[in-house]
Amino acid sequence: MILTVDHVTCYRYVRPARALVQSHRLMPSSCAGQRVVDWTVTVSDGIAGGAFRDGAGDWIQGWTVPGPVSEVTVSVKGTVETSDQAGVLRGHRELTPAECYLQSTTATKPDSALAALAGQGQAVAEPLDLAHLLSDLVADAIQYQPGATTPATTAAEALALGRGVCQDHAHVLIAAARLAGLPARYVSGYLFATADGRDHDAAHAWAEVHVRGLGWVGFDPANRCCPDDRYIRLGSGLDAQDAAPIRGIARGPGGERLEVQVAVQAVQQ
Amino acid sequence: MAANGYFNEMFEKGRVRPPYRQLEDWTRSMPAELREMKQAEAEALFRRIGITFAVYGEGGDPDRLIPFDMFPRVFTAREWARLERGIKQRARALNAFLVDVYGRGEIVRAGRIPGRLVYRNAAYEKAVVGFVPPKGVYSHVVGIDLVRTGPDEFFVLEDNCRTPSGVSYMLENREIMMRMFPELFRENRIEPVDSYPEKLRRTLASVAPAKCERDPTVVLLTPGHFNSAYYEHSFLADLMGVELVEGADLFVEGEYVYMRTTEGPKRVDVIYRRIDDAFIDPLCFRPDSMLGVPGLMDVYRSGGVTICSAPGAGVADDKAVYTYVPEMIRFYLGEEPLLNNVPTWQCAKADDLAHVLAHLPDLVVKEVHGSGGYGMLVGPKSSSEQIAAFRARIEADPGNYIAQPTLALSTTPTFVNEGIAPRHVDLRPYCLVGERVELVPGGLTRVALTEGSLVVNSSQGGGVKDTWVLAE
Repeated sequence: MILTVDHVTCYRYVRPARALVQSHRLMPSSCAGQRVVDWTVTVSDGIAGGAFRDGAGDWIQGWTVPGPVSEVTVSVKGTVETSDQAGVLRGHRELTPAECYLQSTTATKPDSALAALAGQGQAVAEPLDLAHLLSDLVADAIQYQPGATTPATTAAEALALGRGVCQDHAHVLIAAARLAGLPARYVSGYLFATADGRDHDAAHAWAEVHVRGLGWVGFDPANRCCPDDRYIRLGSGLDAQDAAPIRGIARGPGGERLEVQVAVQAVQQ
Repeated sequence: MAANGYFNEMFEKGRVRPPYRQLEDWTRSMPAELREMKQAEAEALFRRIGITFAVYGEGGDPDRLIPFDMFPRVFTAREWARLERGIKQRARALNAFLVDVYGRGEIVRAGRIPGRLVYRNAAYEKAVVGFVPPKGVYSHVVGIDLVRTGPDEFFVLEDNCRTPSGVSYMLENREIMMRMFPELFRENRIEPVDSYPEKLRRTLASVAPAKCERDPTVVLLTPGHFNSAYYEHSFLADLMGVELVEGADLFVEGEYVYMRTTEGPKRVDVIYRRIDDAFIDPLCFRPDSMLGVPGLMDVYRSGGVTICSAPGAGVADDKAVYTYVPEMIRFYLGEEPLLNNVPTWQCAKADDLAHVLAHLPDLVVKEVHGSGGYGMLVGPKSSSEQIAAFRARIEADPGNYIAQPTLALSTTPTFVNEGIAPRHVDLRPYCLVGERVELVPGGLTRVALTEGSLVVNSSQGGGVKDTWVLAE
């Protein structure tokens, strides 16, 4: 499939900020399931920092906007050719050992309910089957409901609540997989999701679980599937914060308003 | 060894060992009143300089003066040459290990160290995987804590690869001794240590990023004046002739880091930071940190600035990883270790745990991530109640503890109220690693001032001494 992305994030400051610094993970890496045809990231009045590929294989670039600044627009436009790899991340150049993804973070800290969920897979011997089972269990345990949680909601809190969005599904699956001894990580990206008629955010997130012999395999409990050719992968991390497409800080008196528009479309072939 | 089982560095079999010969006359010719006067003078000097910080981030009262003992600790040129080779070997291996585990991890693949200890270590920084710092150096100042148990027996207690502190004591102790006893420095040929700041500056400049095409600008980044080692930060910056900055003095723009100056922004090439990894960049590590510089890690990883020590260096000085340093020396350098590790039992291993619990009265037990002499048990010096209480702590969380035999730490003569008496000492030399590996002949000697005590930490009644290396 050929997918186009048009992603605009606009920051407005009630009182001008003295300066803005951002770290972007906004450029997809090419791998077996995705080939970047064209891709540009622009930041209004921004100065680009050096770009590099980190140990996890993600492209990272810093940006700075000298102040005073009252409005900054980050625009991402690009085209990616995707193919269905049944969720398996193939041909992705990375160096970070999978074992690093066994450590928990604030957002994925285990509790007894998460341990009980992970424990349901105890009898499953094959790691791949176990990952599928956990993904299904998470999908059953958390009902998709925007607004029920915030970006700061932890896996334990989301599971207790039983409702949430893709970030919560991913966090709960990651926490459960790590409890079951499987390295797991958070993936941020885009989803072309108008095809199935359901309402989804085009800026999406899911989880990857490391299966020995197969490598990293994506699971999207929010959609009860593995990522396929509708998905564009941007980058990964231990949790949502660590994998965030944009991390930034504005130096100034505060008062930031944020507006995000994301459109992912399929190009007719 | 002396009759009491401890090696006395000055007296051996009733005779004065060669390095201390001149000092014997010196002490004999010093009446008690003069000694007391000199001691008061030394204290006044330390107060005036303002060097009152806790060594090694031990906490405690930051304004408390660490006791200075005027009796120097002395090494011969031959003794030092041997130590120097061992220290440099260790510093090279530790850096090779860091480059490896953030690269292909050959030592783990070869099964020489368990991956779990490295990759699941809290000090392992995923953010720097795949990045090789300039000249392949992660730890630019390696502080290696040594103890001596005999004429030719030294053991490494621990390695400090992040920001080992205390070097200002090495310099100030010497400065004060030279002011108070100039005759000693005429009568003895003592290797100078005052070149340390310049050597440190050269080391830092030698690892400037490839993008830097001029004389590199080096700065020292401090968390601020409330930090217990702030004195050392300002002291070193001053002696090196570099700016002392806080996070707010630096900012990122485009591909580089700049320092705010009265003449406008100035590009910074090398940052000698005395701030922990977690606080240096809120965009990469702790988002709530106000001490660091937002965006710094992106500039660092794209080669715009060098951070010393490199983020992630802490994985090499973890107490569980310590056990494998001799293995690192064999693996990377193809050499046999010149300095010994203290045999260490890891309570995380069932067999080791059983041994430790069965021999608590003979062992020293430490927390894996502990420092400053807190949270440790010195078996032979503890009551049965203290041992029982510590046993319960180990059993509750074995993975948090390691144990070592109680070492017979050497003693050196020390001025005490009754005159001169032997007290136990350790040694921390500071090895510089840049384009070259260098070691100033000397270090910081800590002394346990309490009679019989083996704990040299200043928070537990320890003091410091000037450390001499005699010229050939």
